[in-house]
Amino acid sequence: MASTPRDSSKVDFAFAEKRRDTDHESFLSHARMRWLKVSSAICLIVIVSYFLVDVEPRHNGGSWYGYTLGTIGAGLIVWLSLLGIRKRNITDGRWSLKAWTSAHVYLGLALIVVGTMHTGFQLGWNVHTLAWALMMLVIVSGIYGISVYAALPRSLSTNRREMTRGQMIEALAAIDRQLEAAAQPLGRSESDAVIAALDQDVFKAGLLARLTGSYPRCATARALRAFPEGSLNKAEQKVASLLSRRKSQLSQIRRQMRYKALLQVWLYIHIPATIALIAALLAHVISVFYYW
Amino acid sequence: MPDQYRVAIVGSGPAGLSAAARAAALGMSHILLEKTDHLSDTIYKYQKGKHVMATPSNLVLRSDIDFDAGKREFILDTWDTQIADNKVNVRLNSEVTAISGETGSFQIELKDGETIQAEAVVMAIGTQGNPNKLRCPGADLPLIQYQLDDPGEYFDEHITVVGSGDAGIENALGLAADPAQRNVVTILNRRADFARAKAANVALLEEAEKDGRISVRRETSPAEVRENELVLETRDGQETIKCDRIIARTGSQPPRGFVEGCGIEFTGEDRGAFPKLSPSFETTQSGIHVIGALAGYPLIKHCMNQGYDVIEFLNGNQELKPADEPILADKFAALPGNRSVDEWLEIFRNNITILRELSPLQMRELMLDSDVAAFSAGEIIFVRNDPGSSMFAIAEGSVLVEVNPDDPSVTVPIEQGSIFGEVGLISGRRRGSTIRAAEPVVTLELTRNAALKLLATVPSANRAVNQITIERQLLQMFGAGLTSQDVAELVQSAETVEVRAGQNVIEEGGDDKDIYVIQQGSMIVEKSLGGKPIFLSYLPAGSYFGEMAVIDHSKRTATVKAAIKSEVVKFPGEAFTRLLDRNPKLRERAKADMASRRKVNSFVEERKESFSSAVDMYSETAKFLIDNGIGEATDVLLIDETLCVGCDNCEKACADSHEGLSRLDREAGRTYAHIHVPTSCRHCEHPHCMADCPPNAIKRGPDGEVFIDDTCIGCGNCQRNCPYGVIRMDPKPPKKPSLFSWLLFGAGPGPGEASYSWRKTTAEKRGLEQAKLAIKCDMCAGIEGGPACVRACPTGAAIRVAPEKFLTFTKLAEDVD
Repeated sequence: MASTPRDSSKVDFAFAEKRRDTDHESFLSHARMRWLKVSSAICLIVIVSYFLVDVEPRHNGGSWYGYTLGTIGAGLIVWLSLLGIRKRNITDGRWSLKAWTSAHVYLGLALIVVGTMHTGFQLGWNVHTLAWALMMLVIVSGIYGISVYAALPRSLSTNRREMTRGQMIEALAAIDRQLEAAAQPLGRSESDAVIAALDQDVFKAGLLARLTGSYPRCATARALRAFPEGSLNKAEQKVASLLSRRKSQLSQIRRQMRYKALLQVWLYIHIPATIALIAALLAHVISVFYYW
Repeated sequence: MPDQYRVAIVGSGPAGLSAAARAAALGMSHILLEKTDHLSDTIYKYQKGKHVMATPSNLVLRSDIDFDAGKREFILDTWDTQIADNKVNVRLNSEVTAISGETGSFQIELKDGETIQAEAVVMAIGTQGNPNKLRCPGADLPLIQYQLDDPGEYFDEHITVVGSGDAGIENALGLAADPAQRNVVTILNRRADFARAKAANVALLEEAEKDGRISVRRETSPAEVRENELVLETRDGQETIKCDRIIARTGSQPPRGFVEGCGIEFTGEDRGAFPKLSPSFETTQSGIHVIGALAGYPLIKHCMNQGYDVIEFLNGNQELKPADEPILADKFAALPGNRSVDEWLEIFRNNITILRELSPLQMRELMLDSDVAAFSAGEIIFVRNDPGSSMFAIAEGSVLVEVNPDDPSVTVPIEQGSIFGEVGLISGRRRGSTIRAAEPVVTLELTRNAALKLLATVPSANRAVNQITIERQLLQMFGAGLTSQDVAELVQSAETVEVRAGQNVIEEGGDDKDIYVIQQGSMIVEKSLGGKPIFLSYLPAGSYFGEMAVIDHSKRTATVKAAIKSEVVKFPGEAFTRLLDRNPKLRERAKADMASRRKVNSFVEERKESFSSAVDMYSETAKFLIDNGIGEATDVLLIDETLCVGCDNCEKACADSHEGLSRLDREAGRTYAHIHVPTSCRHCEHPHCMADCPPNAIKRGPDGEVFIDDTCIGCGNCQRNCPYGVIRMDPKPPKKPSLFSWLLFGAGPGPGEASYSWRKTTAEKRGLEQAKLAIKCDMCAGIEGGPACVRACPTGAAIRVAPEKFLTFTKLAEDVD
């Protein structure tokens, strides 16, 4: 009821205004690069202290310095992996997933320095190095992720041309219906080519085709070759033009699938590798304490 | 059959049925006339299995027949049985064509030529009216129908839809939706374009046309209907097409003409006007009574109660208190003085100037939609920048307006009988100042709907409110120091002008010298640079413009045109000049405002030289946003597609914070320069969805959000009225297993909106039956942290903006990385 006196309303209004003002920033530049600054500071401190602290006989994970970096690193890994839960757990409160992503990206990059300095460059064929290697795999896949997140959205948006996924599929189905009707008067070999094009499952594409966007066995492209220009009657001309419309509709869908695949493929490495990393990390920590 | 009935009841909807049942119970001689071959046609036409709601829940049902929320079939069956059990005298297939006579002897003429005699008439014909028939030979053939219940029931037919409105387009799309039905669907439009329909529907139709699913014939009208054939009048002559079925959706004739033909007066010319009624529902034609939706009560319970009441009144029962008495008593209980409902009604009516002309029945109705409150001296009634679209009236006491936001001690009084808060009502914007009680005060708060209805039905109230609004808006705009006397001349010479969307109010280079205040809607300012119109700025309601030409006697420097349908108040420039001459301080203020506007103009002009493409882009983007409804928005979700990775976490978050249904469709909607306007509520200043909500369930909440409360009856009017297609009708889904049981054990459908099939099968399994209700964005009101769509966006692509903040050069031309 608007007539109830509300002391908090001024605060709410100011908060809403502030929220609107700070909204329009990407996760990379969130809060004026706050997490880039935090993460650079961490890296700088770790690198400088690595050279200042004198550990005998040489830097290793088992020194007090190594333990400190190890604890920080393990803590970071656990916290970074919680992003997946934060993202899906839509609770009340003034959290922002963008701020979390921003911190995730920059602190994750800082882990390269923290984790590597923790090893003291003592790498070998053991469970300890396995944990380090998995960590690096996760980070490298993450760097790929950042780069596609930064580069691909524009192309995704341009390619979409205001169409939704459903509309693209519907547009293709509409062309197919017209093709089927238009192909009725064609001769045997031409209609076979059209049937082959219509029968091919558009969405059955291998990983490689999806990622590269190249479909050498595309039946529509092949069918188009059965209608060489110059020698076509009216019915054939209509089918040919429908086929080329089908081809361009297909390529929009395929580009869409390609961009989406490029935006998602790294997660199939990033997430399983994170789970493996947490397992290896556990093994690493237990074995260190067991053989203390 | 007696020669003359005591009462004839026209229309067998909830109101008519209840009236007839009461008459039967009292042993009064009566006849119930129904146009169709079944009772209660409006509810009969509801979709099969529709869950009918029974609101308001605090209203007691007073009727001889039962009604409770439930399935359409159950309700109709109950009524049919009870009407038969009560031995109600029903005459079906009896369309009334005219009513003549006077109290004691009315002649009711029926379409079949019969005449019925009755002493009194109760008209309960609702507001649906009769569908317009085709105006061509063969218009009576059985292949024409005026309604389409289930587009899925027709196969292998040639179907022609006549009508270019939303109803016609939706029917045509429905008939052609499933190619397996193999229907050949044609839609006829008398004109070349579909101007009356929603843009979204037109787009779908054009797409269907392009795909060859629907044949769209423009500038074509039916010339003759034959068995299985339709002759068309086209631009190039006549043409005959095969046609098995015609769906005519050319609108309907509102019942007003018929009602007026019976000698009944309405409260005004307005489309929203109702018949003038006495407290016992009698019209200006004595002996004829009007009840139900036609009387302005669209809810079933109200209708049924009135049916009961009107017969009791006719039977001589003077003591009957309306069924809403306990609700009003409850409302007034909070007020001091321990007075009865009737006493309070009289106090409100006598003390509040704008209510003096209301009838007791109108007062009661107004009260049902309003709130009353008492405040002690010094108590705050509302705070500046609170959203609020209700209007207050002072029944007892007086209030103070804090005119200076920085100094609460500077106040202006408003006296008993006057109103306040009207700016919020008319402009749809936030409260302009804080109001507190000067002494103990009793206020009447009229909800937006109640206030708009009052203004539409009582012309004197409309004039009074308009004048007060103009005066206060002037005082508020030009700041403290001015008094009502100062602006009296301006108020006297003010003229309210309606402007269509896109219409110019001021043209660049013009010599006119008037100044304008935007009362409703918004404007855009454009300047022609190098032959192209360049967007300069956006002016929300409450701004003024046109002062530059008045102050420095120059020609108009820019064009100002309406972004949406708007209302501006025009003041003559000379009156404004005289006001400035008398108030040097005001002149300073106006000059300062002017200087800052000049700065924006010259900034954009300067940039045009060096960054021409940036300015063009900015101008185009601003225009795109305004075309997409941002001009009337208060808070809108935009997606920056240079950042959006298409993860749909916004939709998932929306569903998970609102009972499992998403209120936004990220992918749908228009895009320009990578700014995407998804299908999601814009929280309009004057929400289209509010226009026709029978239970008044759509309200504006404390944070400016437009939301639907739990009195929604699922009628779908708001969904049809929203030009942006952001309202969906769905039953509340069953509860999902928790996130962790999904993460660890794969239980349930996971985060986000569950698929339709999961919702349906799980609801069936758990035995949950839920009505389809309207749902829309409520801006996550009551959820700490604000809108979940924005909080859950991992890249910062989802933003919510207020148009006056976002439509500026700095915001639109900046590059986000």
